[in-house]
Amino acid sequence: MADTLTFSLVSPERSLASGSAKEVQIPGADGDLTAMAGHAPLITTLRPGLLHVSGPDGDDDYVVTGGFAEISAEGVTVLVERALHQKEMTQDIFNDWVKEAKEAHQAASGDAADSAAKLLADMVAVGGHIGLDSSQANL
Amino acid sequence: MPSLKDLKIRIESIKSTRKITKAMQMVAAAKLRRAQDAAENARPYAERFNAVLGQLAASVGGSDSAPKLLRGTGKDDVQLLVVMTAERGLCGGFNTNIVKLAKQKIAELKASGKTVKILTVGKKGREQLKREYADLFVGHVDLTEVKRIGYGNAQDIAKDLLGKFEDEEFDVCTIFYSEFVNVVSQVPTAQQIIPATFEAAEDGAEADGGVQYDYEPDEETILADLLPRGVATQIFAALLENAASEQGARMSAMDNATRNAGEMIDKLTIEYNRSRQAVITNELIEIISGAEAL
Repeated sequence: MADTLTFSLVSPERSLASGSAKEVQIPGADGDLTAMAGHAPLITTLRPGLLHVSGPDGDDDYVVTGGFAEISAEGVTVLVERALHQKEMTQDIFNDWVKEAKEAHQAASGDAADSAAKLLADMVAVGGHIGLDSSQANL
Repeated sequence: MPSLKDLKIRIESIKSTRKITKAMQMVAAAKLRRAQDAAENARPYAERFNAVLGQLAASVGGSDSAPKLLRGTGKDDVQLLVVMTAERGLCGGFNTNIVKLAKQKIAELKASGKTVKILTVGKKGREQLKREYADLFVGHVDLTEVKRIGYGNAQDIAKDLLGKFEDEEFDVCTIFYSEFVNVVSQVPTAQQIIPATFEAAEDGAEADGGVQYDYEPDEETILADLLPRGVATQIFAALLENAASEQGARMSAMDNATRNAGEMIDKLTIEYNRSRQAVITNELIEIISGAEAL
């Protein structure tokens, strides 16, 4: 069995990355998971988080939010509404994203409010991971 | 018979019109390429997305617990038509064709006693529909200020639609846009997006070699999460198709206009030369007959 799998990260506007990878860490809605070659076919939704790709040319991190990942034995396809390479992520963009999550949280009610709250918490947690300050736009 | 001076003025004015149409054609060609690239880039996402949604819908579809976006409200009494057109004119029959298709559908629905609501995207469609159906309007999305259509625009429209659907303002939503086939051919298309329909749902499952996916969380939760995004994806795809179609239509319309202007200039130039010749001949005859009379 090959020890690499194909990886592609696609947003609605363009394809952000594609190539081969040794392993891909995915922030699944029910918890993080790592996909390697030969993984059982799985489709999972994502929470806002860091997508970590270990490729032959080094590692890459992407900040992703909203979407799902499709894992098969040969490859991983991640479809997300928004994704940015960690290097491109700035405090301003992050503030915008948190602000949006916050507004969605305030507008939501009932069950939707719970999931919006989770989304917001996840979003804030991402900031902690990549060393951005989320306090400016905090709860 | 127009005088020489009149002819000259007309030729000059048509020449400057030709310059404008030529410039517009070239601008449209450049914009078309960009719009096509954008549509091209968006395709992988939409294709994968719909394939996965199709699979999910096929496996959950029949059950009563399926999300409302997939099942529908069980009625089709109130129909929302989202008519997407351009913000600008001068692009041949592009806007008119979309509006014509929409009007057909409106007439059909009205004839069968349904309530019709209209939401327009793009100024031109609103202007054309407002004349006849002003009372059916429930909203308008203005994209005049938008230079490049982004996913955010589609999300805003989708959010609006989903909100209205939640509030049970309509049962069925259909979008009207123009599908880009090639530069000379754009096909006005109607597509039902709520409740969601998947044409290739079963083909998709088979094309994957019958791989049975595990779902995390369960299928219904994923479906409930993805369906609203699916609406945005479809609207985004339609907006991009529309943008490419608009530029394609404008390009061929302006190409025609440029050619017509050229023909007109040729014709007028011949007429101009003829009348100039006639004036000269006339003068000669006068001189000669004057000389003879002496």
